[in-house]
Amino acid sequence: MSSVLYDTPGPRAKVRNALYTVGFLVVLGAALYWVLRTLGDAGELEADKWSPFFTDSRVWTTFLLPGLVNTLKAAALAMAIALPLGAVLGIARLSDHAWVRGVAGAIVEFFRAIPVLLLMVFANEAYAMWTNVDSGVRPLYAVVTGLVLYNASVLAEVVRAGILSLPRGQTDAAQAIGMRKWQVMTFVLLPQAVTAMLPAIVSQLVVIVKDTALGGAVLGFSELLRQGDLITVNYSNPIAAYLFVGLLFIVLNFALTGGAGWLERRIRQGGRSSGKALTTEQLEELENVGPEPVTGRGGETGRT
Amino acid sequence: MRFRKTGAAVAAALALAVSATACGSDSGSDDTITIGIKFDQPGLGLKTPDGAYEGFDVDVATYVAKELGYEAGDIEWKQSPSPERENLLSRGDVDMIAATYSITDERKEKVSFAGPYLIAHQDLLIRSDETAITDASDLNDKNLCSVGGSTSAQNVKNELAPDAELQEFDTYSKCLDGLSKGTVDALTTDDAILAGYAAQDNYEGQFKLAGLSLSDENYGIGLKKGDTEMQEKVNAALEKMIEDGSWKEAVDKHFGPAGYDPGEAPEITEKS
Amino acid sequence: MFDFLDSPQYNLLGAFWLTVQLTVFSGIGALVWGTILAGMRVSPVPVMRAFGTAYVNVVRNTPLTLIIVFTSLGLYNSLGITLGGGGDIESINFRLAVLGLAAYTATFVCEALRSGINTVGLGQAEAARALGLGFFQVLWSIVLPQAFRSVVAPLASVLIALTKNTTVAAAIGVAEAALLMKEMIENESDAILLVFAVFAFGFIVLTLPTGLVLGWLSKRVAVKR
Repeated sequence: MSSVLYDTPGPRAKVRNALYTVGFLVVLGAALYWVLRTLGDAGELEADKWSPFFTDSRVWTTFLLPGLVNTLKAAALAMAIALPLGAVLGIARLSDHAWVRGVAGAIVEFFRAIPVLLLMVFANEAYAMWTNVDSGVRPLYAVVTGLVLYNASVLAEVVRAGILSLPRGQTDAAQAIGMRKWQVMTFVLLPQAVTAMLPAIVSQLVVIVKDTALGGAVLGFSELLRQGDLITVNYSNPIAAYLFVGLLFIVLNFALTGGAGWLERRIRQGGRSSGKALTTEQLEELENVGPEPVTGRGGETGRT
Repeated sequence: MRFRKTGAAVAAALALAVSATACGSDSGSDDTITIGIKFDQPGLGLKTPDGAYEGFDVDVATYVAKELGYEAGDIEWKQSPSPERENLLSRGDVDMIAATYSITDERKEKVSFAGPYLIAHQDLLIRSDETAITDASDLNDKNLCSVGGSTSAQNVKNELAPDAELQEFDTYSKCLDGLSKGTVDALTTDDAILAGYAAQDNYEGQFKLAGLSLSDENYGIGLKKGDTEMQEKVNAALEKMIEDGSWKEAVDKHFGPAGYDPGEAPEITEKS
Repeated sequence: MFDFLDSPQYNLLGAFWLTVQLTVFSGIGALVWGTILAGMRVSPVPVMRAFGTAYVNVVRNTPLTLIIVFTSLGLYNSLGITLGGGGDIESINFRLAVLGLAAYTATFVCEALRSGINTVGLGQAEAARALGLGFFQVLWSIVLPQAFRSVVAPLASVLIALTKNTTVAAAIGVAEAALLMKEMIENESDAILLVFAVFAFGFIVLTLPTGLVLGWLSKRVAVKR
């Protein structure tokens, strides 16, 4: 791999790099040794704290897998509702009618400015006060509600940016052949914008999966992290339990990212979009609550 | 393109449908009884790796259910976190609750009780080798652990040891980890609950109760407000359980290993 | 109706002040650690590149709640890390929360910076190398200053996300705004809409100016090309 930041290493640079490598590995190894040593002293590495995960299938069937199912359930529901809702809000922000733009803009900006954890806590209490949702599923409802409100708002901005990233000519051409406004949107702009939006949408989906864990910590929703707590009640092995829970989350999110990458390549092979991909960084930029327009017209995506 | 999008929509709809059906639970049928218990309190109500439930509350509830005509297999257990208990009863999500449920006048405005079946006291759990804490006021400048929304820690801090440092977690098990490693010095709640933690295999011999009896907590069986017929039946079942020795047996089985003695069985006071 | 807001039982301003402190300290930490990570990811040493990549991918895909809880149960309870000596448990928890937030947010800072480095013209680095500057000099004196100027807007979003993420510190009992809101909602159940509105307003007050000021700054300092 060559980089513009440094020259191809000559003999002295090679030696220097080797020294850096050794030094870095020594520091890393020393840190790792200290961590393991201290954990061992604290008794966290004893076999009976770790063996349940390998020898006792009940740990998986009673705790981890049901937790995983709940995490997936909450995330899937939130995605299924937030995606269309976000699309509607995003399109509404591009409406020709000022009041539609205003209302959609206010909703989007409001829910993007508030921590999703507050939304969940409030939703949980609101369901308890004003509805008779069964208490067994109320935490699920509250988690999904919080995730949907927040992520639909973020996705609305993604959709808006995706549509704005398309060349102006697409709209002009569609109007020239006599398409109505909704036809331009549904047949010309949205299908092309989907390609451009995919990477941004996927990173938002990863956010949704991660944020389900908030519901476990504050609402007692029995998702993966919460179930990890139940494991520690039985085996008092917090280090091992959280390590495995973390591992499951990471695998899940890698699978999500990988699957989406495959999907994106498939769509891209079709080569029908004139939009450029919005990158993760540009999505992060969208998190900006500031009122300035996120993108310019004419295929210019991202920063101004 | 169109086709692929339809495919994605179908997949999303399917996911939705699957989750929706998975949510739908069956409850309210007449040949089963739904009882609310705790899932995370060893000694009282704990979900074990087998998926079974064990503890003193579970045994009491099973006995009462049997007297009401339900076999153990007909009981549907439902997790009842402390702040949820009144709601669960008033909405009819559960038929009764046996989940370290203290009888208080405030609660009696919303639900009815049968019992009590156990008298617990607020106490402190400390490390076995702890000598510096013999009274609640010794907690000043010590780290006291509790779970959010619990009143017992607030009581200690407001009235007994104003300079105690409060560590709040969402579960007691996190407090226990800190207690065993020395980052918190005491954990406070009812002694019956604390005894269950002290008796766990993983923590054998590590903890002890301070034996302070800071309050009296009369554990009762929570019932729907005004259900006097049920109240009589449950009271009769509790009396029978105490008389035939099953009560003592359950106490010994679940609290014995912790060396916790709740004393004699309490008088039934909740009558209409 | 608003009387309970003045009640001495609820220290509303104190809670939000703690939120601000959490944001500022972890923001600084994340900026420093994120810059180091970005440096590692473009460095000539393969082991460092691998470490940077692995760190970013692992931490970014882990729920923040897990990371925060782990700082308390793992780092503090098991490893005895208190970050700067004893102190009472409140300040220990505060420092642990700052560490967790910084470790998590640094991955986003790193990725934003990396994309900023990509926007710096090839000629800049090439010219610097032609002058005989080494990797650190190229990165520190030539590339990073320009990269930072082009990523003010993404970094502003990261900062706003961080402000909102500080609420997760409630999981280990740091008495910031979210913990207070949960307590108030439980005690004042007849005014939950009002309580929510107050806290929502508080966070809008914190995040909106950040977005506006840094949005303006990003236009001021943007590299004109």
